[in-house]
Amino acid sequence: MDWRANLEAVWALVRRAANELLRVPGAAIPGVLAPTIFFLGLTSVFGALVDLPGFGGEYQDWLIAVSLLQGAGFTGAATGVNLARDIEQGWFDRLLVSPAPRPVILAGLVTSAALRSLIPAAFLLAVGFAIGVNWPGLDGLVIALFLVMGMGTIAACWGTLLALRYRSQSAAPLMQAGMLLLVLTTTAYAPLELLTGWLHTVARYNPVTQILEAARQGFIGSVTWGDTWPGLLALAGLLAVLSALALRGMRRTAV
Amino acid sequence: MTANDLRVIAALGARSVKQTFRRPQLLAPIIVFPSILLAIQTAGAGRAVDLQGFPVDNFLDFMLAGAMIQSTLLAGNSGGIALAVDIEMGFTDRLLAAPISRFAMVLGRLAGTAALSALSAIWFIVVGLIFGASIHEGVPGALVMIFFVVLSGIAFGGIGAAVALRTGRASVVQGLFPLVFVILFLSSAFFPDNLMLEPAATVAEYNPLSFIVEAIRDPVISSISWEVFWKAMGALALVGALSILWSASALRRRLRTGG
Repeated sequence: MDWRANLEAVWALVRRAANELLRVPGAAIPGVLAPTIFFLGLTSVFGALVDLPGFGGEYQDWLIAVSLLQGAGFTGAATGVNLARDIEQGWFDRLLVSPAPRPVILAGLVTSAALRSLIPAAFLLAVGFAIGVNWPGLDGLVIALFLVMGMGTIAACWGTLLALRYRSQSAAPLMQAGMLLLVLTTTAYAPLELLTGWLHTVARYNPVTQILEAARQGFIGSVTWGDTWPGLLALAGLLAVLSALALRGMRRTAV
Repeated sequence: MTANDLRVIAALGARSVKQTFRRPQLLAPIIVFPSILLAIQTAGAGRAVDLQGFPVDNFLDFMLAGAMIQSTLLAGNSGGIALAVDIEMGFTDRLLAAPISRFAMVLGRLAGTAALSALSAIWFIVVGLIFGASIHEGVPGALVMIFFVVLSGIAFGGIGAAVALRTGRASVVQGLFPLVFVILFLSSAFFPDNLMLEPAATVAEYNPLSFIVEAIRDPVISSISWEVFWKAMGALALVGALSILWSASALRRRLRTGG
C-alpha cells in the first residue's frame, strides 16, 4: 500500500470512530462526565489546600490540567474497550485480513482517540472558565490541548495493548485504572514539596508529572520553554514505548 | 419469613458474592478504585492536617471512613448492575417461575451486597492498620465501623436494586456511577465540611451520607458518641426505607407488566 492508501485507511478508521459518537452519543458521556465531576468535586472538597504554605492561587487553576489529562486518559482507554468489543465480535479479524498494514491500523485507532480527547477537554474548559479558572493565554491553551491529545494517544496505546492481550471487554477496569494511576500519581493534588510518603518519590519519577506541569503552567502562571520541553520529552518517551508495545501486540495477533 | 426463604436468600447472596469475585469489572469498583484513591489522596492531600481546624493529625485516620463508604456505595451499584444483567439474561424470569418468595430474590442480592460491604470494611481496616492508622476505640470501634458499613451496603444497595428492577438495563444502573461520586463529594467523606468550599460545605452539612460517614469515622478518631451514632441510624433508616419502598414498588410493577 502506498502512503496515500495508508492515509485513507487511517481516515476511514477515524470516521468509523466518529460515526460511533454520532450514533451512540451516550458513549462519550462517561469520558466527559467523570473528569468534570472529579474537577468540581475535588475543587470543592480540597479547595482549602491552597491555604497551605507553598501553594497559593486558586485550587481550580491547579486542578484543571489534571482533569484535562484525566478526561484524555478515560477517552483513550475507551478506545481499548471498543477494540476489545471489536475483537469479541470478530470485526477486528476482518480488519486484520484487509491489506492495511498493522501500523496503519494502530495509527487509525490512536488518531481517533487523540481527536476524541478534545471533547472532554472542551467541556471541562467551558465549565472551568465558567467557575473562574484563569485564562492560560493562547500559547498556554495550545500547549495544554496538544498535551491532552498526546495523553489520549498514550491511553489509546495502553488500551490497545491490553485489548490485544486479554481480547475481552472485561479488561476495561484495568485500562481505566492504569490511566487513573498514571495521572494521579503525579503532582495532581499538590506541589511536589507538599506531597507526603511514597507519592513524593513516585511523582518525582513519573513522566506524566512533567506532562502535567507543562499543561498546567499557563493556568497558574506564565508559559516558558523551560516548563514546556520536559513535558514534550516525557510525552515523546511514553508514546515511543507504548506505541512500540501496542504495535508488537498487533503484529503478534494471528487471524 | 420462612426457613425456606432464608435458604433462598443465603443461596442467592452466596451466588452474588461468587459472581463478584469471578468478574473483575464488578470487583474493581469495590476494592481496587477506592484503595487507589485512598492511597493517592492520603499522600496527595495529607498535609491538609496542617490546616487550622482539621480534626486529626493523621490524614489516613480521617480518610479511612471515606474509602469505606465509597466502596459500599459502589458495591451497591455493582449489585444493581449484576441484578440488571440477570434480568437481561433471563435468570430472573427463571427465578420468578420457581416456587420462591419474590422479595427473597431482591433480599438475596442485598445479602450479597451486605457480605461484600463487610469484606470491604475488613479490607480497609486491615490496610489502614498496616499503613499507620489507629482505631481510637479498638476492637469494639472496628465492629461499629463494620456494622455501619454493612447497613449502608443494604440501604444504598436497595437503590441500585430498585433502578435495576425498574429499568431492567445494566447500562442504566451503570450510569449511576457518576452520581455516586457527586453524593460522595457533597458529603464529609473526604474532608471536614467546615473546611470545604461553598456551596458544597452547606450541602455536606445536611447530606445524610455525612452522618453515616461520621459514625464510621467516629470510633477511629475519637470516642464513640451516641449523638453521632443515632444521627447515622436515622440517616440509614431514611435511605433504607426509601430504597426498600422503591425496590418493592419496582418489583411489583415488573411482575404486573412482565418487564
